[in-house]
Amino acid sequence: MTNNLRVKSSKFIDETYKISFKFNNKIYYGYKGDTLASALLANNIHLVGRSFKYHRPRGIMTAGSEEPNAIVQLHKNTSRTEPNVRATEIEIYEGLEASSQNCWPSVNFDIGGINNFLSPVLPAGFYYKTFMWPASFWEKYEYFIRKSAGLGKSPTDSDPDIYEHKYIHCDVLVIGAGISGIIAAKTSAKNGFKTLLLDEKPYLGGSTIYQNSEHFKINNQISSSWLDKEINEIKKIDNLEIKIRTSVAAFHGYNFLLARENLTDHLPLHQRNEKVRHRLLKIRAKKVISATGSLERPLVFDNNDRPGILLSSAIEKYSNLFGVACGQKNVLFTNNDSAYETAISLFQKGINVGAIIDNREEVDSKLVKEVEKNNIKIYKGYTVVNTFGYKKINKISIMQLSKDGQKVVGSKISIDCDCLGMSGGWTPAVHLFTQSGGKLKFRDEDQVFIPDTYPSDQISIGSCNGEFTLDEILSSISKKLKDFLNIKKTEYENLEIQSHFNKTKRNIWLLPSDKIIGKTKPFVDYQNDATAKDIKLALREGFRSIEHVKRYTTTGMGTDQGKLGNMHALGIISETAGSKMGELGTTTFRPPYTPLTFGTIVGRNVGEYFDVFRKTPIHDWHVENKAKFENVGQWKRAWFYPKKNESMHEAVQRESKAARDSAGILDASTLGKIDIKGTDASEFLNRVYTNTWSKLAIGKCRYGLMLNEDGMVYDDGVTTRLDENHYIMTTTTGGAATVLGKLEDYLQTEWPELDVYLTSVTDHYATISVCGPNSKKIISKVIPNLDLSDEKFPHMSFKNAKIDKVKCRVMRISFTGEQSYEINVQANYGKSVWDKCMQAGKEFNITPYGTETMHLLRAEKGFIIVGQDTDATMTPIDLQMDWIVSKKKYDFIGKRSLYRSDTIREDRKQLIGLVTENPKEVLEEGAQIVLDASKSPVEMLGHVTSSYYSPNLEKSIALGVVKGGKNMMGQKLIIPMENKQINVTVTDPVFLDKENKRLNA
Amino acid sequence: MFLIHCPYCGEREQSEFKAGGEAHIVRPKQPTELSDDQWAEYLFMRKNIKGVQFERWVHAHGCRKWFNMVRDTSNDEIKAIYKMGEKPPTKYK
Ligand SMILES: [Zn+2]
Repeated sequence: MTNNLRVKSSKFIDETYKISFKFNNKIYYGYKGDTLASALLANNIHLVGRSFKYHRPRGIMTAGSEEPNAIVQLHKNTSRTEPNVRATEIEIYEGLEASSQNCWPSVNFDIGGINNFLSPVLPAGFYYKTFMWPASFWEKYEYFIRKSAGLGKSPTDSDPDIYEHKYIHCDVLVIGAGISGIIAAKTSAKNGFKTLLLDEKPYLGGSTIYQNSEHFKINNQISSSWLDKEINEIKKIDNLEIKIRTSVAAFHGYNFLLARENLTDHLPLHQRNEKVRHRLLKIRAKKVISATGSLERPLVFDNNDRPGILLSSAIEKYSNLFGVACGQKNVLFTNNDSAYETAISLFQKGINVGAIIDNREEVDSKLVKEVEKNNIKIYKGYTVVNTFGYKKINKISIMQLSKDGQKVVGSKISIDCDCLGMSGGWTPAVHLFTQSGGKLKFRDEDQVFIPDTYPSDQISIGSCNGEFTLDEILSSISKKLKDFLNIKKTEYENLEIQSHFNKTKRNIWLLPSDKIIGKTKPFVDYQNDATAKDIKLALREGFRSIEHVKRYTTTGMGTDQGKLGNMHALGIISETAGSKMGELGTTTFRPPYTPLTFGTIVGRNVGEYFDVFRKTPIHDWHVENKAKFENVGQWKRAWFYPKKNESMHEAVQRESKAARDSAGILDASTLGKIDIKGTDASEFLNRVYTNTWSKLAIGKCRYGLMLNEDGMVYDDGVTTRLDENHYIMTTTTGGAATVLGKLEDYLQTEWPELDVYLTSVTDHYATISVCGPNSKKIISKVIPNLDLSDEKFPHMSFKNAKIDKVKCRVMRISFTGEQSYEINVQANYGKSVWDKCMQAGKEFNITPYGTETMHLLRAEKGFIIVGQDTDATMTPIDLQMDWIVSKKKYDFIGKRSLYRSDTIREDRKQLIGLVTENPKEVLEEGAQIVLDASKSPVEMLGHVTSSYYSPNLEKSIALGVVKGGKNMMGQKLIIPMENKQINVTVTDPVFLDKENKRLNA
Repeated sequence: MFLIHCPYCGEREQSEFKAGGEAHIVRPKQPTELSDDQWAEYLFMRKNIKGVQFERWVHAHGCRKWFNMVRDTSNDEIKAIYKMGEKPPTKYK
C-alpha cells in the first residue's frame, strides 16, 4: 500500500527526494519534509505503540509536540539510541531506524495486553496500593513491571554527539512563529529592537501557513498566501534572528529562558559527525512575547484511544502540510466549528468525509453550511458512545444527547470509518507563561484558562492568549504591540479580515454513555492510561486537591505532562465534586516543556570537564612517581606512593615509618592561604580565633581554632606573624574558600571599622613540608645560609630565606609531631624546590608521603582533622582542647555559645582515644561504640572517627567521639560489628610522644 | 534566575551571587552579658516570611561585596538594593 494515501502534493514535501527508513525492522519510504508520523500514515500505519498500563494498541494522535502515544525508540542498540522520541516531531532522514517501545515481544502481539482484560483489577492507585506492601516485595514486582511497562531504553554506550551552551541577550524574544509571532517579530525588529524569533517546528508560519480555505482571508488574500509574503520579508531584516527547530524548554523569572536548538537530528547519521547536535540557549530577554498557540482538545468518550482516532486538526495538518490522508472513510466528531475547517480542507484535497457528529444542536455558521452543501451528513446534537476495531478503528456508534447533555437518548446508529477526527475545542498553550510565574484566569464562556497577571515584562498574544479566530487575533494585535513595545504605529492597523469561524461550543468534559461508567474506558491521559473512571474513583476515595488527584491517578505525569488531558481531568473533577473550574486551580507545568536529553543539559561539561580539578605545581612529579590520588574539595592530592606491588596498607606503613625514622616529604600546597594585612590585623585574629593573638611576636607561628557563632569548630590552621601588621593564615584544604568568605563577611558587615585587608594566596605558593629526625640536615643542604639552630629557629617560628635567588618563607611547624620545616615558595618554583629537597634527602632515604600517611602520623599525635574527627556539633571543649580557648578575651566568634545550657552538658560527645584489646585489630571508621550490646535497643554512645594501624607504636589506634568520654579514661567499651564484637579501651587521644620531645630531637 | 543590581558592579546574573540570610540582625556588642534566651534569639531566630523580606547577598563571583536586598519572596520581585550600613528603605517596613 506504499504511498497510496498521498493526496495532492504539498509544497512542504519534496516528492523528488525519496527517503527510505525502517520502522520495526521493515523498510518504508517517505519524502523529504515528512515526519516519521506523516510517513507512517502515508504507508497506512496507525498502530505505533502500546499504552503504559493496559498495553492497549495506540496510534498517532496528533501532529505535534503534544503527542502522547506515538513515542518511539530510535536506532536501537547503538550509541545514538534514544527513547521517547515523538514520531510527530522527528523528521525522517535516510537510514532512520525507529521501533515501537512499551511492547514485548512486538507491537502486534503484546503480552502485556492481558492487562487490558485485567483492567477491572487495575484501577487508579493500583500500583500504590499493591506494591507498597510488603516493601521487600518491591524488588520482585519491579522486574516484571520494568520489563513489560518500560518507557524505552537509555543508551549504554557514551554519547558520540557534541552539545553546547550559548548565552543570548536580546531586546525582544518572540516564542512561536505562527501568524501572531511573525507579526510581532517583524514589528519589533523593524522598530529597532534586537529581536529573536523561535519556533519548535522546521518551518515558519504555524497552522496558518497550511490554511488554504477561502473562508479565511487577509486583505483579500488567502491567509496562508498573505503570511507567506510576511515570512519572506522578515527573513531579510538584519536585527531579527530566527531559529527554527528550537523549542523553549523553560521560562524562568526575570525573563530568563532556556531553549533547545536542534541542529542535526534531521540529518542522516553520517552527516552528523563533528557537528553540534543540540545547543542549549540561555536567553536573557528584556521583553518576551509569547505566541505559543493552542492545543486542540480531544473528547472523552468510551474507547476514545483506538489507532485511527486523531485530533481533527492533526488530520487537517497531515492532509494540507504533508499531503497525507489519515483515512479513506473519515468521520469527524466535534463540539465546535474546528472540525468543519478540517472537513473543508479534506474535500478540497479529494479526501472522503463520511459524516460529522456534532454535540451542538443548532449550528449554522458559513463553515457548517458549506459542509452541508457538499452533502456530508451532519448529526447535530449527537455524541459518539463507542468505537470498535482492536488495532485500528473500523466502526463507531453514536446516540443523541439529552437536552442537558447529561444522558444519551434514542437508539444507537452505527457508522463505518477507518479514521475518526475529534475536536473538543482549544486549550491555550500557557505552559511557559505559568512557568514564568504568571497567574491564569478561567474564562467561563469557552472553558479555558488564559493569562491574567504577568510577573515580568512580557505579553501573550494570539491563541495562547485565548484568541482563537483570525479576526480576534488581527483586530487586537496592533494595539497590543504598540502598548507593549511603546511604539507609535504598526503596519497592521487596518487589515481587512474575513473569518467565518463561529465561536459557539458545547463543552461536555465527560460525554455520556449508554453504559455505566464502570463498564467504559474514556481516556483522559493517554500516555499514562488514566480514565475518567479513575478520576471519579479518586474523588470517591476522598481526594479533592487537583495535585493529589493527579498523583493518585497519574494523570498528567507522563513525558507529555498531560498537554491534552489535563483540562478534562479538571473538568471532570469540577463536575463531580461540584466545584468551580476557576477555583480548582491548575496543576503546575514544570520545565522542560518538551523533554531534553542529558547531553543538552551538560553541554561541553563532559569527560575531564565534567568536574574540573585543581593541581598543585608538583602534580606532574606525583604522577610520574605513580602516586595514587585522592579528591579533596576540587584538588587532586597524592594519597600514597605504592612501590612495585605494594598494597595501600603496605605503602602507608612504609611511608609512616620512614617519616619518623629518618625523613618524609609532603606536598602541602593545597592548604588554604590567606594573606592578612592592616593595622587591626591582630585585633581581627583575636576576634576570629579562640586564642589570643595580640602578643604573638613577629616571626612566630601559632595554631588557631575557628568556631562558628554557635560555638562549633569550623576550621583550624597555623597563622604566622610576618610583620607588625602582616600575617599569613593557613586553612584546611577544603575550607579555604568558605573561611575567606566568612572572614570577609564579618569584616564588611560586623566590623567595618577594622583596618584589615584579606587576599587569597592559596595558588600563589607551593608548600613543601619536610619532616623527621633528619629534616634539619636536609633543609640545611637546600638552604645553606639559613641558621637552623633550635635557638635561632625554634619550633613555631618563621624565617625569610632564599634558595638560590628565589625568595621563600620557611616555617618550622609540625602536623606530624616530628621536627618539621615547611617551605613556601612562589608556585612556579615549587617543582624545582621539591626536586632540590629530594636530591638533598637522598642520603637520608627521604620518602614522599601522601595524605593517608599524613593522617596516620597526626592521629598518632592525636591531632584532629576538622571535618573527619569533627562535624558541625563539636565544640573545642568536646575535643578536649580547652587549652586553646582564651578565658581572658572578652569576645570572639562563638564564645558566648560555649556556655549555653546545651554546650556545657557533661554528656556531650567528646573526643577520646581508643585502643583495641587485640593490638592487630584495626577498627572501621564510622563504627558505632556501645557500652552494652546485649540489651536492645542498644544505646549508641558514639562512633569511631579515625582509625589506623600505627607502625611506629606497632598497634592499632583510633580516635572517636563518645558521650561523656572525657570522664571515661580506662573504660572498656564495645564496637559491635556485623559478625563480631571488638573490645576497646578508652585512652587519651595522644598516643605518641606526649612530651613533644621529637619536635626538637 | 534573578538579575541582581550589585551596588558596586551593576546588573549581573544571579549565579554570580550568594544569599546570606536575613538582614539587619546585628551581632550583639556584649554577647557575654546576654542570657541564653537572648543569645539564642540572635543566633537561631529568623523570620522567613512569605512576602517582603530584607536579605543579605554577596557578589561572590564578582567584587565580593556584601549588600542588602528587599525581596518579595512570594513572587521573587527585587524591590530595592542598598549597601551595608545604609538604612533600609522605610516604605517596605
Ligand atoms: Zn559587585
